[in-house]
Amino acid sequence: MHPFAYVAPKTVDEAVAVLEKHGERARPIAGGTDLLVQARGGRFDLDAVVDIKKIPELVSIKNDDSGLEFGAAVPCYQLYENPELSAEYPGLMDAASLIGGIQIQSRAGLGGNLCNSTPSGDGICPLIVHYGTAVIAGPSGRRELPVEDFCTGPGRNDLKQGEMLVSLKFPKPSSTFGAAYERFIPRNEMDIAVAGVAASVELDSGGNIAKARVALCAVGPTPILAEAAGAALVGKSADDEAAIEAAGAAAAEAASPISDMRGTVEQRKHLVDVLTKRMVKKAVERARS
Amino acid sequence: MDVPAKVHVRTTINGQPQEFLVPPYMSLLDTIREIAGLTGTKEGCLDGNCGACTVNVDGRIVDSCLVLGAEVDGKNVTTVEGLATRDGLHPLQQAFLEEAALQCGICTPGFLVAAKGLLDNEPKPDEGRIRHWLAGNLCRCTGYDKIVRAVQKAAAAT
Ligand SMILES: Cc1cc2nc3c(=O)[nH]c(=O)nc-3n(C[C@H](O)[C@H](O)[C@H](O)COP(=O)(O)OP(=O)(O)OC[C@H]3O[C@@H](n4cnc5c(N)ncnc54)[C@H](O)[C@@H]3O)c2cc1C
Ligand code: FES
Ligand code: FES
Repeated sequence: MHPFAYVAPKTVDEAVAVLEKHGERARPIAGGTDLLVQARGGRFDLDAVVDIKKIPELVSIKNDDSGLEFGAAVPCYQLYENPELSAEYPGLMDAASLIGGIQIQSRAGLGGNLCNSTPSGDGICPLIVHYGTAVIAGPSGRRELPVEDFCTGPGRNDLKQGEMLVSLKFPKPSSTFGAAYERFIPRNEMDIAVAGVAASVELDSGGNIAKARVALCAVGPTPILAEAAGAALVGKSADDEAAIEAAGAAAAEAASPISDMRGTVEQRKHLVDVLTKRMVKKAVERARS
Repeated sequence: MDVPAKVHVRTTINGQPQEFLVPPYMSLLDTIREIAGLTGTKEGCLDGNCGACTVNVDGRIVDSCLVLGAEVDGKNVTTVEGLATRDGLHPLQQAFLEEAALQCGICTPGFLVAAKGLLDNEPKPDEGRIRHWLAGNLCRCTGYDKIVRAVQKAAAAT
Protein backbone atom coordinates (compact mmCIF):
# COMPACT_ATOMS: atom_id res chain seq x y z
CA MET A 1 0.00 0.00 0.00
CA HIS A 2 1.07 3.57 -0.65
CA PRO A 3 2.45 4.87 2.69
CA PHE A 4 -0.01 6.83 4.82
CA ALA A 5 -0.09 7.98 8.42
CA TYR A 6 -2.49 6.44 10.93
CA VAL A 7 -4.24 8.73 13.36
CA ALA A 8 -6.81 7.65 15.92
CA PRO A 9 -8.45 10.76 17.41
CA LYS A 10 -10.65 10.48 20.49
CA THR A 11 -13.13 13.20 19.55
CA VAL A 12 -15.13 14.22 16.50
CA ASP A 13 -13.55 17.69 16.57
CA GLU A 14 -10.04 16.26 16.33
CA ALA A 15 -11.08 13.96 13.48
CA VAL A 16 -12.71 16.86 11.61
CA ALA A 17 -9.56 18.96 12.08
CA VAL A 18 -7.41 16.27 10.43
CA LEU A 19 -9.92 15.75 7.62
CA GLU A 20 -10.20 19.48 6.98
CA LYS A 21 -6.45 19.97 6.91
CA HIS A 22 -5.76 17.16 4.45
CA GLY A 23 -8.86 17.32 2.27
CA GLU A 24 -8.95 14.55 -0.30
CA ARG A 25 -5.70 13.14 1.08
CA ALA A 26 -7.20 11.93 4.35
CA ARG A 27 -10.08 9.50 4.79
CA PRO A 28 -11.86 8.00 7.77
CA ILE A 29 -11.56 4.28 8.32
CA ALA A 30 -14.54 2.58 9.95
CA GLY A 31 -14.40 -1.16 9.17
CA GLY A 32 -11.93 -0.61 6.35
CA THR A 33 -13.59 -3.26 4.17
CA ASP A 34 -13.99 -0.79 1.33
CA LEU A 35 -11.25 1.66 2.24
CA LEU A 36 -8.34 -0.76 2.48
CA VAL A 37 -9.33 -2.57 -0.70
CA GLN A 38 -9.51 0.78 -2.50
CA ALA A 39 -6.27 2.08 -0.97
CA ARG A 40 -4.49 -1.08 -2.05
CA GLY A 41 -5.98 -0.74 -5.52
CA GLY A 42 -4.51 2.76 -5.80
CA ARG A 43 -7.87 4.54 -5.90
CA PHE A 44 -6.67 7.24 -3.49
CA ASP A 45 -3.37 8.88 -2.78
CA LEU A 46 -3.66 9.10 0.97
CA ASP A 47 -1.57 11.04 3.45
CA ALA A 48 -3.56 9.82 6.41
CA VAL A 49 -6.14 7.31 7.47
CA VAL A 50 -8.27 8.54 10.36
CA ASP A 51 -9.42 5.68 12.56
CA ILE A 52 -12.77 6.84 13.94
CA LYS A 53 -13.37 3.82 16.17
CA LYS A 54 -11.70 5.39 19.23
CA ILE A 55 -14.38 8.10 19.29
CA PRO A 56 -17.06 6.89 21.76
CA GLU A 57 -19.93 8.53 19.85
CA LEU A 58 -18.94 6.73 16.65
CA VAL A 59 -19.15 3.25 18.17
CA SER A 60 -22.16 3.54 20.46
CA ILE A 61 -25.79 2.48 20.03
CA LYS A 62 -28.61 4.39 21.71
CA ASN A 63 -32.11 2.96 21.55
CA ASP A 64 -34.93 4.50 23.55
CA ASP A 65 -38.50 5.79 23.23
CA SER A 66 -37.49 8.53 20.83
CA GLY A 67 -35.80 6.11 18.44
CA LEU A 68 -32.49 4.59 17.48
CA GLU A 69 -29.16 6.29 16.93
CA PHE A 70 -25.98 4.40 16.20
CA GLY A 71 -22.46 5.58 15.47
CA ALA A 72 -21.09 5.59 11.94
CA ALA A 73 -18.48 2.97 12.88
CA VAL A 74 -20.77 0.43 14.57
CA PRO A 75 -20.14 -2.91 12.82
CA CYS A 76 -22.97 -4.97 11.33
CA TYR A 77 -22.85 -7.78 13.88
CA GLN A 78 -23.55 -5.39 16.74
CA LEU A 79 -26.85 -4.56 15.09
CA TYR A 80 -28.10 -8.02 14.19
CA GLU A 81 -26.92 -9.64 17.42
CA ASN A 82 -28.97 -7.12 19.41
CA PRO A 83 -32.38 -8.76 19.96
CA GLU A 84 -34.01 -5.48 20.97
CA LEU A 85 -33.10 -3.88 17.65
CA SER A 86 -33.91 -6.83 15.43
CA ALA A 87 -37.59 -6.72 16.34
CA GLU A 88 -38.00 -2.98 15.79
CA TYR A 89 -35.69 -2.36 12.84
CA PRO A 90 -36.04 -5.46 10.66
CA GLY A 91 -34.95 -3.74 7.43
CA LEU A 92 -31.65 -2.69 9.01
CA MET A 93 -31.14 -6.26 10.22
CA ASP A 94 -31.72 -7.67 6.73
CA ALA A 95 -28.94 -5.42 5.44
CA ALA A 96 -26.50 -5.93 8.31
CA SER A 97 -26.74 -9.70 8.04
CA LEU A 98 -26.20 -9.93 4.29
CA ILE A 99 -23.23 -7.59 3.76
CA GLY A 100 -20.22 -9.82 3.06
CA GLY A 101 -19.59 -12.88 5.22
CA ILE A 102 -19.02 -13.20 8.95
CA GLN A 103 -15.46 -11.80 8.77
CA ILE A 104 -16.67 -8.73 6.89
CA GLN A 105 -19.61 -8.21 9.28
CA SER A 106 -17.19 -8.11 12.22
CA ARG A 107 -15.81 -4.87 10.81
CA ALA A 108 -18.08 -3.41 8.13
CA GLY A 109 -20.95 -1.18 9.14
CA LEU A 110 -23.92 0.65 7.66
CA GLY A 111 -22.16 4.00 8.16
CA GLY A 112 -19.23 2.91 6.00
CA ASN A 113 -21.64 1.45 3.47
CA LEU A 114 -23.46 4.78 3.19
CA CYS A 115 -20.25 6.85 2.98
CA ASN A 116 -18.87 4.56 0.29
CA SER A 117 -22.01 5.56 -1.64
CA THR A 118 -22.01 2.84 -4.29
CA PRO A 119 -25.41 2.43 -5.96
CA SER A 120 -25.22 -1.28 -5.07
CA GLY A 121 -24.58 -0.68 -1.36
CA ASP A 122 -26.97 -3.05 0.41
CA GLY A 123 -27.17 -0.89 3.52
CA ILE A 124 -28.46 2.33 2.02
CA CYS A 125 -32.02 1.51 0.89
CA PRO A 126 -32.87 -0.08 4.26
CA LEU A 127 -31.73 3.13 5.98
CA ILE A 128 -34.05 5.09 3.67
CA VAL A 129 -37.16 2.99 4.31
CA HIS A 130 -36.55 3.29 8.06
CA TYR A 131 -36.67 7.09 7.57
CA GLY A 132 -32.99 7.41 8.51
CA THR A 133 -31.19 10.71 9.01
CA ALA A 134 -27.44 11.17 8.65
CA VAL A 135 -25.82 13.25 11.38
CA ILE A 136 -22.81 15.01 9.86
CA ALA A 137 -20.03 16.95 11.59
CA GLY A 138 -17.73 19.41 9.87
CA PRO A 139 -15.59 22.48 10.40
CA SER A 140 -18.69 24.69 10.78
CA GLY A 141 -20.56 22.42 13.16
CA ARG A 142 -23.20 19.77 12.76
CA ARG A 143 -26.01 19.28 10.30
CA GLU A 144 -28.55 16.59 9.53
CA LEU A 145 -29.53 15.19 6.16
CA PRO A 146 -32.19 12.62 5.22
CA VAL A 147 -30.37 9.49 4.01
CA GLU A 148 -32.18 9.64 0.64
CA ASP A 149 -30.39 12.95 -0.06
CA PHE A 150 -26.93 11.73 0.98
CA CYS A 151 -25.66 10.04 -2.18
CA THR A 152 -25.12 12.26 -5.21
CA GLY A 153 -23.58 9.85 -7.74
CA PRO A 154 -21.68 6.59 -7.93
CA GLY A 155 -19.14 6.76 -5.09
CA ARG A 156 -20.06 10.39 -4.44
CA ASN A 157 -22.02 12.00 -1.62
CA ASP A 158 -22.97 15.30 -0.04
CA LEU A 159 -20.04 15.34 2.45
CA LYS A 160 -17.94 18.49 2.00
CA GLN A 161 -14.27 18.91 2.76
CA GLY A 162 -13.62 18.19 6.42
CA GLU A 163 -17.04 16.65 6.98
CA MET A 164 -17.69 13.19 8.33
CA LEU A 165 -20.68 11.05 9.19
CA VAL A 166 -21.14 10.85 12.96
CA SER A 167 -24.23 8.72 13.34
CA LEU A 168 -27.45 7.49 11.82
CA LYS A 169 -30.77 8.29 13.49
CA PHE A 170 -34.18 6.68 13.11
CA PRO A 171 -37.58 7.55 14.53
CA LYS A 172 -39.04 4.85 16.72
CA PRO A 173 -41.29 2.67 14.55
CA SER A 174 -44.88 2.19 15.66
CA SER A 175 -45.99 -1.30 16.67
CA THR A 176 -47.62 -1.69 13.24
CA PHE A 177 -44.48 -0.87 11.25
CA GLY A 178 -42.65 -3.44 9.17
CA ALA A 179 -39.72 -3.30 6.76
CA ALA A 180 -37.68 -5.68 4.64
CA TYR A 181 -34.73 -5.69 2.24
CA GLU A 182 -33.67 -8.25 -0.31
CA ARG A 183 -31.27 -8.22 -3.24
CA PHE A 184 -30.94 -10.50 -6.21
CA ILE A 185 -27.53 -12.14 -6.64
CA PRO A 186 -26.67 -15.23 -8.66
CA ARG A 187 -25.05 -16.87 -5.60
CA ASN A 188 -26.27 -17.46 -2.06
CA GLU A 189 -23.86 -15.01 -0.43
CA MET A 190 -20.76 -12.87 -0.94
CA ASP A 191 -21.80 -11.08 -4.12
CA ILE A 192 -22.79 -7.63 -5.39
CA ALA A 193 -26.48 -6.91 -5.94
CA VAL A 194 -27.83 -7.08 -9.49
CA ALA A 195 -30.81 -5.24 -8.03
CA GLY A 196 -32.18 -4.80 -4.53
CA VAL A 197 -35.37 -3.41 -3.00
CA ALA A 198 -36.21 -2.20 0.50
CA ALA A 199 -39.80 -1.53 1.52
CA SER A 200 -41.55 -0.40 4.66
CA VAL A 201 -45.18 0.03 5.64
CA GLU A 202 -47.05 1.37 8.61
CA LEU A 203 -50.59 0.11 9.10
CA ASP A 204 -53.47 2.11 10.58
CA SER A 205 -55.97 0.70 13.06
CA GLY A 206 -58.18 -0.53 10.24
CA GLY A 207 -55.36 -2.53 8.67
CA ASN A 208 -54.85 -0.11 5.80
CA ILE A 209 -51.44 1.19 4.78
CA ALA A 210 -50.95 4.61 6.36
CA LYS A 211 -47.35 5.17 5.25
CA ALA A 212 -45.11 3.34 2.83
CA ARG A 213 -41.64 3.68 1.37
CA VAL A 214 -39.88 1.75 -1.39
CA ALA A 215 -36.18 2.26 -2.16
CA LEU A 216 -34.17 0.74 -5.00
CA CYS A 217 -30.58 -0.50 -4.99
CA ALA A 218 -28.19 -0.94 -7.94
CA VAL A 219 -30.60 0.40 -10.55
CA GLY A 220 -29.40 3.98 -10.90
CA PRO A 221 -26.42 6.24 -10.19
CA THR A 222 -27.57 6.48 -6.57
CA PRO A 223 -29.98 4.52 -4.40
CA ILE A 224 -33.50 5.65 -5.40
CA LEU A 225 -36.43 6.52 -3.16
CA ALA A 226 -39.32 5.48 -5.42
CA GLU A 227 -41.97 7.88 -4.12
CA ALA A 228 -44.64 6.81 -6.60
CA ALA A 229 -44.31 3.21 -5.46
CA GLY A 230 -44.93 4.22 -1.85
CA ALA A 231 -47.82 6.47 -2.88
CA ALA A 232 -49.48 3.58 -4.76
CA LEU A 233 -49.85 1.77 -1.44
CA VAL A 234 -51.00 4.54 0.89
CA GLY A 235 -54.66 4.36 1.84
CA LYS A 236 -55.02 0.87 0.40
CA SER A 237 -55.67 -2.35 2.24
CA ALA A 238 -52.46 -4.18 3.06
CA ASP A 239 -53.88 -7.16 1.16
CA ASP A 240 -54.84 -5.18 -1.94
CA GLU A 241 -53.08 -7.15 -4.69
CA ALA A 242 -53.83 -4.49 -7.30
CA ALA A 243 -52.14 -1.83 -5.16
CA ILE A 244 -49.10 -4.05 -4.64
CA GLU A 245 -48.96 -4.69 -8.41
CA ALA A 246 -49.14 -0.94 -8.99
CA ALA A 247 -46.30 -0.37 -6.51
CA GLY A 248 -44.15 -2.92 -8.36
CA ALA A 249 -44.86 -1.24 -11.69
CA ALA A 250 -44.15 2.23 -10.26
CA ALA A 251 -40.85 1.02 -8.77
CA ALA A 252 -39.78 -0.53 -12.10
CA GLU A 253 -40.67 2.78 -13.75
CA ALA A 254 -38.54 4.70 -11.23
CA ALA A 255 -35.53 2.46 -11.81
CA SER A 256 -32.95 3.75 -14.31
CA PRO A 257 -30.51 0.86 -14.52
CA ILE A 258 -27.65 0.26 -16.91
CA SER A 259 -26.70 -2.98 -18.62
CA ASP A 260 -23.41 -4.42 -17.43
CA MET A 261 -21.78 -7.76 -16.66
CA ARG A 262 -24.19 -8.32 -13.76
CA GLY A 263 -27.44 -7.79 -15.62
CA THR A 264 -29.33 -6.00 -18.35
CA VAL A 265 -31.70 -3.05 -18.10
CA GLU A 266 -34.71 -5.31 -18.75
CA GLN A 267 -33.66 -7.91 -16.21
CA ARG A 268 -33.04 -5.26 -13.58
CA LYS A 269 -36.41 -3.59 -14.13
CA HIS A 270 -38.09 -6.97 -13.91
CA LEU A 271 -36.22 -7.74 -10.69
CA VAL A 272 -37.27 -4.41 -9.19
CA ASP A 273 -40.92 -5.21 -9.97
CA VAL A 274 -40.73 -8.70 -8.45
CA LEU A 275 -38.66 -7.68 -5.43
CA THR A 276 -40.88 -4.68 -4.69
CA LYS A 277 -43.99 -6.85 -4.50
CA ARG A 278 -42.15 -9.40 -2.41
CA MET A 279 -40.70 -6.82 -0.01
CA VAL A 280 -44.03 -5.01 0.44
CA LYS A 281 -45.67 -8.31 1.36
CA LYS A 282 -42.84 -9.18 3.72
CA ALA A 283 -43.01 -5.73 5.34
CA VAL A 284 -46.77 -6.16 5.82
CA GLU A 285 -46.26 -9.58 7.35
CA ARG A 286 -43.69 -8.14 9.75
CA ALA A 287 -45.94 -5.17 10.54
CA ARG A 288 -48.63 -7.61 11.63
CA SER A 289 -46.44 -9.82 13.79
CA MET B 1 1.48 15.06 6.42
CA ASP B 2 4.62 13.50 7.82
CA VAL B 3 4.16 9.80 7.80
CA PRO B 4 5.70 8.57 11.05
CA ALA B 5 7.91 5.65 10.20
CA LYS B 6 6.38 3.39 12.79
CA VAL B 7 3.38 3.13 15.11
CA HIS B 8 3.87 1.66 18.55
CA VAL B 9 1.52 -1.28 19.12
CA ARG B 10 0.95 -3.24 22.30
CA THR B 11 -1.12 -6.33 21.76
CA THR B 12 -1.60 -9.91 22.86
CA ILE B 13 -1.06 -12.62 20.26
CA ASN B 14 -2.04 -16.17 21.19
CA GLY B 15 -1.92 -15.26 24.86
CA GLN B 16 1.55 -13.66 24.68
CA PRO B 17 1.83 -9.93 25.34
CA GLN B 18 3.73 -8.38 22.45
CA GLU B 19 4.99 -4.92 21.73
CA PHE B 20 6.25 -3.79 18.36
CA LEU B 21 6.63 -0.96 15.90
CA VAL B 22 4.68 -1.23 12.65
CA PRO B 23 4.54 0.98 9.58
CA PRO B 24 1.16 2.79 9.84
CA TYR B 25 -0.06 1.42 6.50
CA MET B 26 0.94 -2.20 7.15
CA SER B 27 -1.91 -4.71 7.23
CA LEU B 28 -2.48 -6.89 10.26
CA LEU B 29 -1.76 -9.84 7.98
CA ASP B 30 1.75 -8.56 7.20
CA THR B 31 2.23 -7.49 10.80
CA ILE B 32 1.51 -11.02 11.99
CA ARG B 33 3.64 -12.68 9.32
CA GLU B 34 6.57 -10.30 8.95
CA ILE B 35 6.84 -8.65 12.35
CA ALA B 36 5.47 -11.23 14.78
CA GLY B 37 6.99 -13.97 12.61
CA LEU B 38 3.87 -16.14 12.67
CA THR B 39 3.50 -17.47 9.14
CA GLY B 40 0.54 -19.79 9.73
CA THR B 41 -1.85 -17.04 8.63
CA LYS B 42 -1.98 -17.08 4.83
CA GLU B 43 -2.45 -14.50 2.11
CA GLY B 44 -4.86 -15.42 -0.67
CA CYS B 45 -6.69 -12.58 -2.38
CA LEU B 46 -5.77 -9.48 -0.35
CA ASP B 47 -9.28 -8.13 -0.80
CA GLY B 48 -11.48 -9.80 1.78
CA ASN B 49 -12.94 -12.52 -0.39
CA CYS B 50 -10.98 -15.68 0.40
CA GLY B 51 -10.68 -15.75 4.21
CA ALA B 52 -7.21 -17.40 4.13
CA CYS B 53 -5.97 -14.57 6.33
CA THR B 54 -8.71 -15.02 8.98
CA VAL B 55 -7.64 -14.31 12.55
CA ASN B 56 -9.63 -13.67 15.70
CA VAL B 57 -9.54 -10.19 17.24
CA ASP B 58 -11.27 -9.76 20.62
CA GLY B 59 -13.55 -12.72 19.98
CA ARG B 60 -14.55 -11.81 16.40
CA ILE B 61 -13.16 -13.34 13.23
CA VAL B 62 -11.78 -10.82 10.74
CA ASP B 63 -9.87 -10.85 7.46
CA SER B 64 -6.44 -9.65 8.61
CA CYS B 65 -5.69 -8.28 5.12
CA LEU B 66 -8.45 -5.71 5.73
CA VAL B 67 -7.21 -4.58 9.16
CA LEU B 68 -4.22 -2.37 9.84
CA GLY B 69 -1.62 -3.65 12.27
CA ALA B 70 -1.91 -0.30 14.06
CA GLU B 71 -5.58 -1.04 14.78
CA VAL B 72 -4.90 -3.98 17.13
CA ASP B 73 -3.24 -1.85 19.79
CA GLY B 74 -4.74 -3.02 23.10
CA LYS B 75 -6.49 -5.98 21.49
CA ASN B 76 -6.32 -9.72 21.80
CA VAL B 77 -5.37 -11.58 18.62
CA THR B 78 -5.54 -15.33 18.02
CA THR B 79 -3.99 -16.93 14.96
CA VAL B 80 -3.94 -20.56 13.88
CA GLU B 81 -0.77 -21.02 15.95
CA GLY B 82 -2.91 -20.37 19.02
CA LEU B 83 -5.21 -23.34 18.50
CA ALA B 84 -3.10 -26.30 19.58
CA THR B 85 -2.11 -26.62 23.23
CA ARG B 86 0.65 -28.46 25.00
CA ASP B 87 -1.73 -31.43 25.23
CA GLY B 88 -2.12 -31.69 21.49
CA LEU B 89 -4.04 -30.46 18.50
CA HIS B 90 -7.31 -28.58 18.81
CA PRO B 91 -10.30 -30.88 18.11
CA LEU B 92 -10.87 -28.96 14.86
CA GLN B 93 -7.30 -29.60 13.71
CA GLN B 94 -7.63 -33.27 14.62
CA ALA B 95 -10.92 -33.54 12.74
CA PHE B 96 -9.48 -31.79 9.66
CA LEU B 97 -6.70 -34.39 9.56
CA GLU B 98 -9.00 -37.34 10.11
CA GLU B 99 -11.57 -36.15 7.56
CA ALA B 100 -8.88 -35.18 5.00
CA ALA B 101 -10.38 -31.68 4.94
CA LEU B 102 -7.36 -30.18 3.21
CA GLN B 103 -5.28 -30.69 0.12
CA CYS B 104 -2.86 -27.84 -0.63
CA GLY B 105 -3.60 -26.38 2.80
CA ILE B 106 -3.47 -22.68 1.95
CA CYS B 107 -7.05 -22.14 3.04
CA THR B 108 -6.80 -24.34 6.13
CA PRO B 109 -5.56 -21.87 8.76
CA GLY B 110 -8.36 -19.49 7.81
CA PHE B 111 -11.00 -22.23 7.95
CA LEU B 112 -9.70 -23.42 11.33
CA VAL B 113 -9.73 -19.97 12.93
CA ALA B 114 -13.13 -19.19 11.39
CA ALA B 115 -14.65 -22.51 12.50
CA LYS B 116 -13.26 -22.06 16.01
CA GLY B 117 -14.96 -18.66 16.11
CA LEU B 118 -18.25 -20.44 15.45
CA LEU B 119 -17.80 -23.32 17.89
CA ASP B 120 -16.61 -20.98 20.67
CA ASN B 121 -20.06 -19.39 20.68
CA GLU B 122 -22.29 -22.09 19.22
CA PRO B 123 -20.97 -25.52 20.15
CA LYS B 124 -23.59 -27.47 18.16
CA PRO B 125 -24.29 -25.67 14.88
CA ASP B 126 -26.20 -27.54 12.16
CA GLU B 127 -24.82 -28.02 8.67
CA GLY B 128 -26.62 -25.00 7.23
CA ARG B 129 -25.23 -22.76 9.95
CA ILE B 130 -21.69 -24.08 9.38
CA ARG B 131 -21.92 -23.47 5.63
CA HIS B 132 -23.31 -19.97 6.16
CA TRP B 133 -20.62 -19.13 8.75
CA LEU B 134 -17.85 -20.32 6.44
CA ALA B 135 -19.13 -18.51 3.33
CA GLY B 136 -16.28 -16.01 3.72
CA ASN B 137 -13.67 -18.76 3.32
CA LEU B 138 -12.81 -20.13 -0.10
CA CYS B 139 -11.15 -23.44 -0.91
CA ARG B 140 -9.94 -24.26 -4.42
CA CYS B 141 -9.21 -27.91 -3.65
CA THR B 142 -11.60 -29.81 -1.42
CA GLY B 143 -15.08 -28.90 -2.63
CA TYR B 144 -16.04 -27.95 0.98
CA ASP B 145 -17.92 -31.13 1.95
CA LYS B 146 -14.99 -32.58 3.84
CA ILE B 147 -14.38 -29.28 5.59
CA VAL B 148 -18.00 -29.09 6.72
CA ARG B 149 -17.88 -32.73 7.87
CA ALA B 150 -14.71 -32.04 9.85
CA VAL B 151 -16.34 -29.11 11.62
CA GLN B 152 -19.38 -31.28 12.39
CA LYS B 153 -17.09 -33.98 13.75
CA ALA B 154 -15.19 -31.54 15.95
CA ALA B 155 -18.48 -30.13 17.22
CA ALA B 156 -19.68 -33.64 18.08
CA ALA B 157 -16.39 -34.42 19.84
CA THR B 158 -16.50 -31.49 22.20
C1 LIG C 1 -15.49 -9.60 0.66
C2 LIG C 1 -16.38 -8.40 0.68
C3 LIG C 1 -17.75 -8.56 0.57
C4 LIG C 1 -18.59 -7.46 0.57
N1 LIG C 1 -19.93 -7.65 0.46
C5 LIG C 1 -20.76 -6.59 0.41
C6 LIG C 1 -22.16 -6.78 0.27
O1 LIG C 1 -22.65 -7.91 0.23
N2 LIG C 1 -22.94 -5.67 0.20
C7 LIG C 1 -22.42 -4.41 0.27
O2 LIG C 1 -23.17 -3.46 0.20
N3 LIG C 1 -21.10 -4.21 0.42
C8 LIG C 1 -20.26 -5.26 0.50
N4 LIG C 1 -18.92 -5.06 0.64
C9 LIG C 1 -18.39 -3.70 0.71
C10 LIG C 1 -18.18 -3.19 2.17
O3 LIG C 1 -17.96 -4.25 3.05
C11 LIG C 1 -19.40 -2.41 2.65
O4 LIG C 1 -19.63 -1.31 1.83
C12 LIG C 1 -19.25 -1.95 4.11
O5 LIG C 1 -20.52 -1.64 4.62
C13 LIG C 1 -18.30 -0.78 4.28
O6 LIG C 1 -18.24 -0.46 5.66
P1 LIG C 1 -16.85 -0.21 6.39
O7 LIG C 1 -17.18 0.18 7.79
O8 LIG C 1 -15.91 -1.31 6.22
O9 LIG C 1 -16.35 1.08 5.58
P2 LIG C 1 -14.88 1.67 5.33
O10 LIG C 1 -14.16 0.84 4.35
O11 LIG C 1 -14.22 1.95 6.62
O12 LIG C 1 -15.30 3.06 4.66
C14 LIG C 1 -15.93 3.13 3.40
C15 LIG C 1 -15.75 4.52 2.80
O13 LIG C 1 -16.45 5.50 3.57
C16 LIG C 1 -15.55 6.42 4.15
N5 LIG C 1 -16.02 6.59 5.53
C17 LIG C 1 -16.12 5.60 6.47
N6 LIG C 1 -16.65 6.10 7.59
C18 LIG C 1 -16.88 7.42 7.36
C19 LIG C 1 -17.44 8.47 8.16
N7 LIG C 1 -17.85 8.25 9.40
N8 LIG C 1 -17.54 9.69 7.60
C20 LIG C 1 -17.13 9.91 6.32
N9 LIG C 1 -16.60 8.97 5.53
C21 LIG C 1 -16.48 7.72 6.05
C22 LIG C 1 -14.19 5.80 4.07
O14 LIG C 1 -13.17 6.78 4.01
C23 LIG C 1 -14.31 4.99 2.79
O15 LIG C 1 -14.12 5.81 1.69
C24 LIG C 1 -18.04 -6.15 0.67
C25 LIG C 1 -16.67 -6.00 0.82
C26 LIG C 1 -15.83 -7.09 0.82
C27 LIG C 1 -14.36 -6.89 0.98
S1 FES D 1 -6.16 -12.62 1.86
FE1 FES D 1 -7.52 -11.70 3.22
S2 FES D 1 -9.43 -12.41 2.57
FE2 FES D 1 -8.10 -13.22 1.08
S1 FES E 1 -6.99 -27.11 0.44
FE1 FES E 1 -6.24 -25.98 -1.24
S2 FES E 1 -7.41 -24.18 -1.14
FE2 FES E 1 -8.33 -25.41 0.32
